[in-house]
Amino acid sequence: MSRKCLVVDDSKVIRKVARHILETLDFSVDEAVDGSDALTQCMAAPPDVILLDWNMPVMSGMEFLRALRAAHLAVRPKVVFCTTENGMGHIRAAIDAGADEYVMKPFDRETLETKLQLVGFA
Amino acid sequence: MTASANAIRVLAGLLQARTGQELAVSRIWRIETSLKPLLRERGFDTIDALAAAVVLDRESELAGAVVDALLNNETYFFRDHAVFRLLDGPALDMIRAAREPRRRLRIWSAGCSTGQEAYSLAIMLADEGERWADWTIDILGTDVSRDAIERARLGRFSQFEIQRGLPVRVMLRWFDQVGESWIAKRQLRRMIRFERHNVLDRPPQPAHFDLILCRNVLLYFPAEARAGAFDRLSTAIAPDGVLMLGAGETVLGQTGKFTSERTLRGLYRPTAHHPHQSHRAA
Ligand SMILES: C[S@@+](CC[C@H](N)C(=O)[O-])C[C@H]1O[C@@H](n2cnc3c(N)ncnc32)[C@H](O)[C@@H]1O
Repeated sequence: MSRKCLVVDDSKVIRKVARHILETLDFSVDEAVDGSDALTQCMAAPPDVILLDWNMPVMSGMEFLRALRAAHLAVRPKVVFCTTENGMGHIRAAIDAGADEYVMKPFDRETLETKLQLVGFA
Repeated sequence: MTASANAIRVLAGLLQARTGQELAVSRIWRIETSLKPLLRERGFDTIDALAAAVVLDRESELAGAVVDALLNNETYFFRDHAVFRLLDGPALDMIRAAREPRRRLRIWSAGCSTGQEAYSLAIMLADEGERWADWTIDILGTDVSRDAIERARLGRFSQFEIQRGLPVRVMLRWFDQVGESWIAKRQLRRMIRFERHNVLDRPPQPAHFDLILCRNVLLYFPAEARAGAFDRLSTAIAPDGVLMLGAGETVLGQTGKFTSERTLRGLYRPTAHHPHQSHRAA
């Protein structure tokens, strides 16, 4: 029973950290460098959950989220978006746009694990 | 700035005398970090100087502040989701059925730290407002730390604290964002009372709690103090009440006052030693 997480972040370091944590939580991990890369990957093979950075250069988290929710994928990936301390104002908008949870950067394993539990990955 | 072994002994001894807590090895390593703000605030250059001042007057306000700084206040909302789910389902149903005649629910979060546990309980009940509409619900949160209780009363959480354990929709429903903080809505705050209290002392009155949470508090008590605390809790709980401990905690081998609840893993009931006393029930 494998579960897949797509990590969307323009920072290689963050992707690496997230991958490491997610693998210890028994996820198989794919990476995308921006929203449009992520969208392409989702169309090809939707993951179970997406860890989504909010501020990305090419296609922002919000744009990606809107596109994702508009695309009628066979499955509906859960979306946990990453925000920073200054980005808390976006939370309501992100939830309205179809995000399921958020996590504040920098996060540790325990925090991310709890968030994933909240969206249904025990 | 390293503390001498003597200074650490003094401070650890103070902590244990006041709270029952043994200074965990992990805290000894971090004693400097824990005390740094206090040193700065009170103008001490070293931990040894602080320890010396404490030795001179163990009853001082300073000693109290040291104890507060050494306590581990780690907590978050809905800690151990699985147990909260159990509580929210079968456990609360059972308590509710037993209290239906009087429609009164009394809950005690003992060692509540900055209040997240008590607020989680309040949210759990308030989210089912209609179901509890004509019930009187009292949640009492207590902690030995004055700082923690003051913060719990404010019901104000940082962006970091608020994101720990709370589902985002619950957060948006029950907290208002004010600048950098999130403040619990008045409806929640009205359900909870916070008081300073030591679990080794006589329980807050009137006792007879239907549900007691004492989680991640007794972990660092030496065996004897832990048994003493369980004794106290057993006098505070209704004969058909429920005790909830932390995820890694148990009563097994710690006390005879509580027995595990077969159908509800992780929850405990007072042991019925004296069946003839059971008419004492609320
Ligand atoms: C690690 S926190 C746990 C908070 C919460 N119950 C939870 O599980 O998330 C432990 C709390 O117990 C408090 N505490 C320690 N010794 C205590 C005592 N003797 N009486 C009351 N509270 C105590 C500490 O101040 C701290 O806030």
